[in-house]
Amino acid sequence: MAKPGKTDERRRDEVLLEVEGLSIALPQGAERAHAVEDISFTLNRNEILCVVGESGSGKSMTANAIMGLLPKPHVRPVAGSIRFEGSDLLTQSESALRKLRGSRVGMIFQEPMTALNPLMTVGKQIGEVFDAHGQIDRKERRRLILKLLDDVGLPDPEILIDTYPFRLSGGQRQRVMIAMALALEPAMLIADEPTTALDVTTQAQILELIRKLQESRNMGVMFITHDFGVVAEIADRVAVMQTGRIVELGTADEVLNDPKHDYTRRLIGAVPQFAPPERPAPAGEILLNVEGLRKTYVTSRGLFAKKREVAAAKDITFDIRRGETLGLVGESGSGKSTVGRCLVRLLDTDGGHIRFRELDFASLKGEALRAQRKHIQMVFQDPYASLNPRQKVGRIVAQGPRANGVPEEEAMARAKELLELVGLGAGALDRYPHEFSGGQRQRIGIARALALEPELLVADEPVSALDVSVQAQVLDLLDDIKKRLNLAMLFITHDLRVAAQICDRMAVMRLGEIVEYGRTHEVFNNPQHEYTKALLSAVPGRDWSIPEVALQQAHGGQSGGAPAR
Amino acid sequence: MQKLSFIIKRLFKAVVVLLAIVVLNFFLIRAAPGDPAQVMAGEAGAADAKFIEQLQEKFGLNKPLHEQLAIYVGGIVTFDLGYSYRQEQPVAKLIMDRLPATLLLTGTAFFISIALGLLFGAIAASRVGTLADTAVTSLALLFYATPLFWVALMSILLFSVVLGWLPAYGMVTVGANLTGFAYVLDVAEHLVLPALTLGLFFMAIYTRLTRSSMLEVADMDFVKTARAKGVHPARITRVHVLRNAVLPVITLAGIQAGQIVGGAVLTETVFAWPGIGRLMYDALFQRDYNLLLGIFFVSSAMVLLFNLITDVVYTFVDPRIELK
Repeated sequence: MAKPGKTDERRRDEVLLEVEGLSIALPQGAERAHAVEDISFTLNRNEILCVVGESGSGKSMTANAIMGLLPKPHVRPVAGSIRFEGSDLLTQSESALRKLRGSRVGMIFQEPMTALNPLMTVGKQIGEVFDAHGQIDRKERRRLILKLLDDVGLPDPEILIDTYPFRLSGGQRQRVMIAMALALEPAMLIADEPTTALDVTTQAQILELIRKLQESRNMGVMFITHDFGVVAEIADRVAVMQTGRIVELGTADEVLNDPKHDYTRRLIGAVPQFAPPERPAPAGEILLNVEGLRKTYVTSRGLFAKKREVAAAKDITFDIRRGETLGLVGESGSGKSTVGRCLVRLLDTDGGHIRFRELDFASLKGEALRAQRKHIQMVFQDPYASLNPRQKVGRIVAQGPRANGVPEEEAMARAKELLELVGLGAGALDRYPHEFSGGQRQRIGIARALALEPELLVADEPVSALDVSVQAQVLDLLDDIKKRLNLAMLFITHDLRVAAQICDRMAVMRLGEIVEYGRTHEVFNNPQHEYTKALLSAVPGRDWSIPEVALQQAHGGQSGGAPAR
Repeated sequence: MQKLSFIIKRLFKAVVVLLAIVVLNFFLIRAAPGDPAQVMAGEAGAADAKFIEQLQEKFGLNKPLHEQLAIYVGGIVTFDLGYSYRQEQPVAKLIMDRLPATLLLTGTAFFISIALGLLFGAIAASRVGTLADTAVTSLALLFYATPLFWVALMSILLFSVVLGWLPAYGMVTVGANLTGFAYVLDVAEHLVLPALTLGLFFMAIYTRLTRSSMLEVADMDFVKTARAKGVHPARITRVHVLRNAVLPVITLAGIQAGQIVGGAVLTETVFAWPGIGRLMYDALFQRDYNLLLGIFFVSSAMVLLFNLITDVVYTFVDPRIELK
């Protein structure tokens, strides 16, 4: 929420960090000569500066340079200065920097699952901060650790302090990281995508915690993110980075609501709007009907131990019409991917029906199943892992038709057409997947799914690994193809903004159950279930509406045709 | 309490596996061509008809297969591993006589290899790309690639024959009849060459594993977290990197500790070390099937025992192992 009045009143003009003309050289043979080139910005005491940009823009490099954590000697600052509390960090010795780290500057990272040492208890890891910066006696240290755990909102500090990280959830681990970073009350906190790996409701809590602690401790926070929703939620000021340069710097209100630079406008314009457009009620005939679908995972824990059962899908019922996109929305562990996998029969169901046209799809077996598989195809989440790196793209796309008996030449000709349809051109046929960017690979994945002329497409988080501008293009492509080929689509996502833009109807899943099911704009505007309400209110920056200039820029930029990356 | 029940469960599993091995052994000897009694008696000329009949009676070889199996398993359970007609002694006694020597040799070699392997691996990893790293990795590769028996022979040539520092073979000086401390010293002197020869080979493996594992761990997020906390680099290497890097080393060590017992055949043969490996070598040449089967059984039991020890050690080192 960009509230200009609040920002101005909160800002204290005392400068905490001053980066001037900083350039960081990359080793020879890298994509570009400098990771960061001639950037200047300041961070004041008691404010949150969001550094926002797409992957490869140099935002994490900047943070690491400030911390003195660049991967030396390959990557090093070659020009400029980083002044923090009066001295230039670039000229400091390693041991002087080490004294600053953890005491004057704290840092938290993106991946809470891997950022904690798995072999050390939470308490010991926090205690290490105290030990690294001077001696305090054990009792006092324990008391401080307990207080920290309590400060970051963790339950039962007395138990938690002696717990190993693997017992904690992602959100809890991120809270431990925050406790650790703030143990010695640093003047500055650097947060590198701290909520990107978290579920939306957890993200909202962590953002609130960071804001609360920042205010109560008068900290300067440098918050790195790729998500403009998060920026709108938390930023006082914003720096926008593009390929190593800061292209726009201003208050949150200025940048979000009146962006000046073309790149900023394009980025913001590509952010899916939170408000779903009202879509006409789908009119096609029902293509897929799922009724009472059940799937339980049973993990065996040895010969004699009791088996552990997790119900990933309980009594799932929905249908999809031809020409319609149904969104399956939920947080991690809600069972949405399980349902998708059951539909394409990557998993066998434990009960219920999947009726596809006249077919009882769930009970097909062997040759009969093989013959019918082509009707339901899948697009996967990870564009890197889902393509065989040793096969040329033409072969990847043609493989499905070849397996279904289409002659080689015909299949390749069809692959060529499809690659053109997804905007890649025939030249892609003879190249390998690694020669393409993430967005382009996802287009290949879509072409592969379409090669069998399916009637239903199951897209499992197809855009969540992509940068926002590429994401918008892939979403447009999916929507366009669906309309052109009159497909039905099951769109699995955790991102409500994306769901708002692409789904005609949506089903909200939680712990293996559908808790709400209806037309997208109705669910958004009038949610019935408590969980749906909680999900919707957790979406960062939901009160911010994307300015018209940005939307125009995004549309103008898109008619140029060629994908940006 | 949880740990105890975990150990009991693992022990139970180990016994089941051991029984399976016994059964396999039973069928192995019956898979050999000819009459099992003939095979057991060895291809000695002494295998006259009366002796064979006696054997058939004792082992119930004229009874149905399942009864034979019951007799065989029954024997093993009471630790009756049969009789070596070649050596004219019970197999169990033969093996028990040799087991301490083998355990002494392999145990020493094992600890040398682990300790030096971890040390050199850590040195190489913390100085990656420097001369020290290159030296350590090259030497490790050399030890790994050189055939064990060749190293053994060359070290005998150099240290015993040329320099005369150390005894060339055996475990004790023949005819010296030493006692007390002098005896210990004598055995220790005999132990140096075989233990080092065997140990260096395994040390090479641990060095390489430790090095690559440490480099992998050093790239992990939690190491960066530790650096961001301002922890001293020496402590980061010790507490964060090494402790995590040691986990795959323990796994491998557990697998090898079992193998090393039965796998020291070459070293024991070259150095005339009176251990199980040597016994196996002799049994093989004399076609002493009963003895061979006994050694198979004891070696498998050792492998299982060390696997069990590894599992238990692992529960202490890695808290993530659920004791269920």
